[in-house]
Amino acid sequence: MLASLAGDAVAYHGLLKTLAVHLRGYYGRRIAPDDVEDLVQETLLSMHVHRATYDTKQPLTAWVYAIARYKMIDHFRRTKSRQTVPLDHTENLLAANGTEAAIAERDVEQLLSNLPEGTRKLLRQTKLEGLTTAEAGATTGLSETAVKVRVHRAMKTLIAKFSGRGS
Amino acid sequence: MKKTDALIDSLSSNLEPVSRAFVALRLAGGVAAGAAAAVIMMLVLLNLRPDLGFAVGTAIFWIKLAYTLATAVTGFWTVERLARPGASAGAQGMLECLPLVAMVSLATITLFLAPAGARRGMILGHSAVACPWLIVMLSLPILAGGIWAMRGLAPVRPIAAGVGVGVLAGSAAAAIYGFHCDESAAPFVAIFYTLGIAASGLLGAAIGRVGLRW
Repeated sequence: MLASLAGDAVAYHGLLKTLAVHLRGYYGRRIAPDDVEDLVQETLLSMHVHRATYDTKQPLTAWVYAIARYKMIDHFRRTKSRQTVPLDHTENLLAANGTEAAIAERDVEQLLSNLPEGTRKLLRQTKLEGLTTAEAGATTGLSETAVKVRVHRAMKTLIAKFSGRGS
Repeated sequence: MKKTDALIDSLSSNLEPVSRAFVALRLAGGVAAGAAAAVIMMLVLLNLRPDLGFAVGTAIFWIKLAYTLATAVTGFWTVERLARPGASAGAQGMLECLPLVAMVSLATITLFLAPAGARRGMILGHSAVACPWLIVMLSLPILAGGIWAMRGLAPVRPIAAGVGVGVLAGSAAAAIYGFHCDESAAPFVAIFYTLGIAASGLLGAAIGRVGLRW
């Protein structure tokens, strides 16, 4: 920040990028998701315009937090009318849950697509549909032991693949 | 997020360096311009007290000036803090109260030591009703200058900032008023000069509430 105040554009660019990430996290937990990016931009602009009000003897976090908080309170004051309509609020809640379920389902399908069709079906039956290994074996013509072995191997494969992707 | 990236790129291009004294300089500019206007108002609308030559030899003249100027100077630095997000202005604010404490103490002692018959005159003087209003009147251009300055800064507590600017303007105005006013009793100053300063503070709060949002 000190370098930025002196005119170092590269340092400033990096600083703004870092601030954007932190602001997104701060606002993301507190305001409607649709409004987050707009408020991030508005806050960055304010910080830029008023960068001379940062006192080099105080911690930068105090300055950043004070502005972010001020902008958030201002945002609530401006959008108050939207928040008082109860129907809209409920719709937003349901929409959020629907999206999350849809995302979860998509993730599971992506994972399962790594397996051959037969094993995929076994996993779906035992893990998602709640069948016992005996019942799953009955529908596929396999012994209960065979089902257990295949499910166990499939889980190992998925875990190996998943951690591989994670790193 | 692309829009944000574009914004960041644009903000960091042509980056102008900023002075560390930016806040103080901007504030001083606004207040000085307002104070110059207040001095002219005092000379034109009121008048320089004709016995000024005699007055500068009296203690009370300097006591008045010390009280009002000390409040204005400490008030300036309080407002400088209030203009910065995340900066605490509490310590500076307490410092700003010290001249008032000193003035009230002096007034109390003076009243106590005076003969009973003289006390009413020492409190009310001859311009009690007009005095606070005249101080507020003189504070208006200084208030305008201070608010202008604050609008280019970042007060995260707009009402507190407004009070700060109001008290700064009021005390500067009271200092200027002392060159017109010929009241010479400490109790009068402690009450009615202070009322004028406080009224300016309230006016500043009202303006700050709507005018200092950003």
